[in-house]
Amino acid sequence: MTATWLRQRGPKHLLSMADLDRNDIEQILNLTESFAEVGERSIPRVPALRGKTIAWLFYEDSTRTRLSFETAAKRLSADTMNFSVGSSSVNKGESLRDTVETIDAMGIDGIVVRHGAAGAPHQVSQWSGAAVINAGDGWHQHPTQSLLDLYTARHHLEDLEGKHIAIVGDITHSRVARSNALGFSKMGAKVTLVAPPTLLPSALEGWPVEVTHDLDEILDDLDVCYLLRMQLERQGQAVVPSLREYHAEYGLTSARADRLSDHALIMHPGPMNRGVEIAGEVADRPAAVITEQVANGVSVRMAVLFLLLGSGLDVVDDQRAIA
Amino acid sequence: MAERERLLAGSASGTFQSRTRVMSADDVSRAVKRMAHEILERNHGAAGVMIIGMQTGGVELASRLAAAVTAIEGSQIPIGTLDATMHRDDFGLRPVMPEAATAIPDDPTGKTIVLVDDVLFTGRTVRAALDAIHSYGRPQSIQLAVMVDRGHRELPIRPDYVGKNLPTRRNEMVDVNDDGVDLGEMLP
Repeated sequence: MTATWLRQRGPKHLLSMADLDRNDIEQILNLTESFAEVGERSIPRVPALRGKTIAWLFYEDSTRTRLSFETAAKRLSADTMNFSVGSSSVNKGESLRDTVETIDAMGIDGIVVRHGAAGAPHQVSQWSGAAVINAGDGWHQHPTQSLLDLYTARHHLEDLEGKHIAIVGDITHSRVARSNALGFSKMGAKVTLVAPPTLLPSALEGWPVEVTHDLDEILDDLDVCYLLRMQLERQGQAVVPSLREYHAEYGLTSARADRLSDHALIMHPGPMNRGVEIAGEVADRPAAVITEQVANGVSVRMAVLFLLLGSGLDVVDDQRAIA
Repeated sequence: MAERERLLAGSASGTFQSRTRVMSADDVSRAVKRMAHEILERNHGAAGVMIIGMQTGGVELASRLAAAVTAIEGSQIPIGTLDATMHRDDFGLRPVMPEAATAIPDDPTGKTIVLVDDVLFTGRTVRAALDAIHSYGRPQSIQLAVMVDRGHRELPIRPDYVGKNLPTRRNEMVDVNDDGVDLGEMLP
């Protein structure tokens, strides 16, 4: 089987789940296990990225993704440069391109980008010599989130082939939904999107998914129930009559959670709104692996940073290490 | 043979061609028994001793040494595995990828660790392993057991227990396998 992304020559970026094939994903998830072990040591730090500098370029708010990347970089002994829009020259009118070229001129090895515009990380990769990781661009992609979700699901379900995952909620505004629809289907799982028509993208042709407006009709069949946050800050107008009605129709209530099969996982990318997409009590059940997703996020991001910056795959024409 | 050894030899790719068998399977078994006795003699028994096999070449030898120690002493000895890839010093010079899992059975603090590998060459892997072990705790001491010491050290590291001292040329390869130990080279 080919690994299209891992075997590609030259500088590597992680921009979209679309760039990875099943073999790439499996290799990243296997590598993640090595890094999860590092986190269990009494001194959870290895010198793999000593001397490498990574810049965070976050044009949107983020707590968990940023802290997760920061922790991952520190565990690999990389140096990190912080850039937050609030206290930077962006407020003085500097363009994204000039900002990237300025940071690049300081000599960095990696840039982790979060931006409100889809495609911004791709643009950054054109302007910089550093490896670029997409940490979320608009409604488009969030590949490390998908990888950590796949790692978490695979850890519990062993093999994702033939498993059924429902992604429930605000699909239109969700880069997590787009990344996971690709990620889970590439791993052989069946993906069903569940949302009211107002929260589904108008064009779904070509998506490897099924669509339903009725969560109750598929509940019994699910192996993973993946809930999305209602992104009130991105929704321009009223798309649901009320959050209470949304909860009644599409929320994972206690009654719905009872209907899930015993092995089924409840997942959420966070931050969650208890009482909206998930009942407060359901989020604390053993089936809910939401905090585990956060912990795995650090290990997955270590694996990605290592692959892009430390593995030497970009400098040596020798691919046996990823055979 | 560990993939690591193959990469260190610098040959791009190819197959191992044996020239001489330097140890038979029986020779290896005898050496394992002797090394087990030496470990027990030097440490006055097996109390506080932990055997750690280096991934991937040292894992098999580590379990044989542990079995031999158990056979002599009658008590179980903790055994673990270690992948020191993340602590190597040649990142960026060649592709580096963790090979297999690390499993340290217990907190090594205060213990005597016997680090086990199949072939001792430049000493760089052992250097990385010493670093790696210290991220789990502070052992009382670390000893090194290898089946073959082939020379060409690049660091001040020496083994405590040796199956066989084998003078080699730098471009030769040592292959520890089920049938014994072979000396040969990589053919393109």
